Amino acid sequence: MKHQHKHECNELLGTISEYVDGSLRDELCRELERHLSECDDCRVVVNTMKKTIDLYQTETVREGLPADVRQRLFKSLQLDDLLHGAH
Amino acid sequence: MVIETTPTDISVERLKAGDRAEFARLVDLASAPIYRLGLKMLGTPQDAEDVLQNTFLKALQSLKSFEGRSSPLTWLYRIAVNEALMLIRRQRPQVEIAEEPQEEADDLPAPVQLTDWCCLPESDFLSAESQRALDAAILKLPEKLRAVFLLRDIEGLSIQETSQALGLTETAVKTRLLRARLNLREQLSSYFTGRLTEERTK
Repeated sequence: MKHQHKHECNELLGTISEYVDGSLRDELCRELERHLSECDDCRVVVNTMKKTIDLYQTETVREGLPADVRQRLFKSLQLDDLLHGAH
Repeated sequence: MVIETTPTDISVERLKAGDRAEFARLVDLASAPIYRLGLKMLGTPQDAEDVLQNTFLKALQSLKSFEGRSSPLTWLYRIAVNEALMLIRRQRPQVEIAEEPQEEADDLPAPVQLTDWCCLPESDFLSAESQRALDAAILKLPEKLRAVFLLRDIEGLSIQETSQALGLTETAVKTRLLRARLNLREQLSSYFTGRLTEERTK
């Protein structure tokens, strides 16, 4: 890591999570982007953090509850009579 | 990505009045996300099912005290996270759940892995082995960071909803989220940098 940058890297580390969410306030956003244009390491950290979040969101299977799990859940809640309702 | 976080047409009034059909509707709207949360929080289908059943049983018992300040789903997430943390403590009573001040933004761990692995072929990210590495990395997160990451980045809750679900300030949620993401980034970087080296030596 380049020593002249290191202090700035540490200072800005706390802002990158809000930056990847697009919720960092303008002033800090400009400061971070200026730093990123000069610092390869921080650019890698930002890119790989974005990719990390993206991979988790893509890999998560948003499927319904397994039928047997649903059945046992309704039974434990004594809602068996409603098991065949508007699922 | 659009993630539905609020079953908007659930009537809290009818729930509180003891309407069983309305509760069954809430179960069907919320059980898949609650089960998924349990699965990612604990890692096994059996534990996830325990969390699921206990969450709705507790919800039934405490419906009368639900004030509707958050959405029913956020309220269920709160119960579910507590159930999951309790189960973790029961399974590993010898391990104290870390109480270090994870709300502090000072002393963030400096990034160690500085290789850009984003350029790997898509097939490397989609392999079953990669999926297992992703799941394993979540289970290595400290529990309190894990809960924040799952609610915010997997379930798609807003910072405000996550803070309601966990009873934390929004600042604390943001700091834990940052720490969770930095931690996962390190873990995935170690794993995928290894894949990158393999690709290059093929």
